[in-house]
Amino acid sequence: MRASHVRAVAGADLRRLFKSKDYWIPLTIIGVLFFMVIPFISLSVISSLARTEFAEQVTSIVGNLPASLTDSAPGESPLAKASYVLAVYMLAPIAIIVPLTVSVAVASNAIVGERERGTGEFLAHSPLTTTEIYTGKLIASLIPGYIATAGGFSVYALIVNLTAGRLLGGWFFPTAGWVILIVWVVPPFIAVAIAIVLRMSARMRSAASAQQASSLVTLPVILMSYLVAARVVSSPGWPGFFIGAAAWIVAAVLSVRGAKRLRRERLLGVASET
Amino acid sequence: MGSAIRFASVSKRFGPVRALEALDFAAPAGAVTVLLGPNGAGKTTTVRLTTGALVADGGDIEVLGLHPRLDGDEVRRRVGIVPPKPAFYDRLTGWENLQFAARIFGASHRAAREAADRFAIGHALDQEVGGYSTGMRSRLALARAAIHDPEILLLDEPTAGLDPESARSVLDLIRELAGKGRTIVLCTHLLHEAEGIADQVVLMNNGHAQASGAPDELAGRYLADPVVVFDAEDRSTLDAIAEHRSVIDVTWNGSVHATLTSIDALPDVVADLVARGVRITRVEPVTPTLEELYFEMQRAHREDAT
Repeated sequence: MRASHVRAVAGADLRRLFKSKDYWIPLTIIGVLFFMVIPFISLSVISSLARTEFAEQVTSIVGNLPASLTDSAPGESPLAKASYVLAVYMLAPIAIIVPLTVSVAVASNAIVGERERGTGEFLAHSPLTTTEIYTGKLIASLIPGYIATAGGFSVYALIVNLTAGRLLGGWFFPTAGWVILIVWVVPPFIAVAIAIVLRMSARMRSAASAQQASSLVTLPVILMSYLVAARVVSSPGWPGFFIGAAAWIVAAVLSVRGAKRLRRERLLGVASET
Repeated sequence: MGSAIRFASVSKRFGPVRALEALDFAAPAGAVTVLLGPNGAGKTTTVRLTTGALVADGGDIEVLGLHPRLDGDEVRRRVGIVPPKPAFYDRLTGWENLQFAARIFGASHRAAREAADRFAIGHALDQEVGGYSTGMRSRLALARAAIHDPEILLLDEPTAGLDPESARSVLDLIRELAGKGRTIVLCTHLLHEAEGIADQVVLMNNGHAQASGAPDELAGRYLADPVVVFDAEDRSTLDAIAEHRSVIDVTWNGSVHATLTSIDALPDVVADLVARGVRITRVEPVTPTLEELYFEMQRAHREDAT
């Protein structure tokens, strides 16, 4: 596999994506909603509860949360603990849902899109190996998702520190669990989803059906990711490391198998492949 | 002249559809081979098998001494192709599309620029391809196919959808490439397109080659009796031509169109007319058009089939 060829495929796809406003504007809106608007409103509401009669209700809710969560929260007041739990644990899974959505949107169109546009014909007749094409597509799908993760995570960190920091005695985010989640766990989960979706993209007849099928297939991955994210954030350390390692292995196996199964005929969309 | 491409008894099916059946043909190196046939004859499948984009069900294919199934990457590196509907990344500029091809084929930026200029698309490289006309896309497709100076160019209906002016200019560019010694395989169902370009014609139908050879050779095979146009200062004196034993048929069409038993008899016919006092002003063997040849070959094969 030649790195220059993989870079060429990924580069062309990424350049195309960044020029497609109809792709990145909706996804930016989703990112802003999940990483900025929802955390900001949620934490602002809790911060302002100190002056309302709902403060007692929040106190009772925090009292019912597992001790393992509330004990690790800094600050003495129930409102401070509630802010910490919300910022660190409740909203953690968005760190994985948003990038998954972003990457799946790219991957579902990656191969079937080449076929629909007719550009698959050029790729099929080119000296690119199918592994190089597949890997280029994988990287081109992974990068937007990871940019969303990194960018979203930074913005999220800023928002939660600014809105809840004063209740918690200063900047408290990111926690160790979040760092493990973002650096070690999220990337392989995105790769797993992309590997599954690329395989579907190669088999489907149209981009529309590939997107529909991808949504259904990736739902369990998103659900699993949600649970995993919550687990990693609440139990940083070895569990997070092992979960991430397992996800990397699954991602590698699925990607290798996907690359091996990609055929030039599928880029051409000829009848023998149906 | 050796063969750049050789198909031996090649077959390919797509499910129940038989695309190629025992296809035999050879494209000589440095020559223009025209795959001529109606839609569905198997021309595009032949092109796709040549680069190894498709794998044959049976038979043997050799391209530049390599087997596309086994040495596909090497074959594709040495071949350029213009597909029937050239497609590009429409949101990218012409230059970005060419650069993408250059990176894949290991060509330099300079080569990309030169290819664009050679096919007269250099002026539009800064525009997104989505805004290109059909003619501009065809030119960009030719530039992309030639960017790495391939030994073989496969052109699958390169003038499809073009207006006559653009089609002519594309054909001129193909002639130019042929003049530089490239092996060119041109797929077309347009007879006039092959006219004057083809060094060799392969007539395809129903997935196999019905006939192949140089146009003159095929004309000799299928249009056996040569026709010669005669004219004279006094046309009435040309009536005498019908009396010559080597003349099979005579028709008047302004001048005289005489069908001879053999082109070798022409000097005798001319000498006989001169001896009879005919002052000849024109003697011109008629070169059959590819269209006449095509329909004659089709007719001959229909008769053979029945």
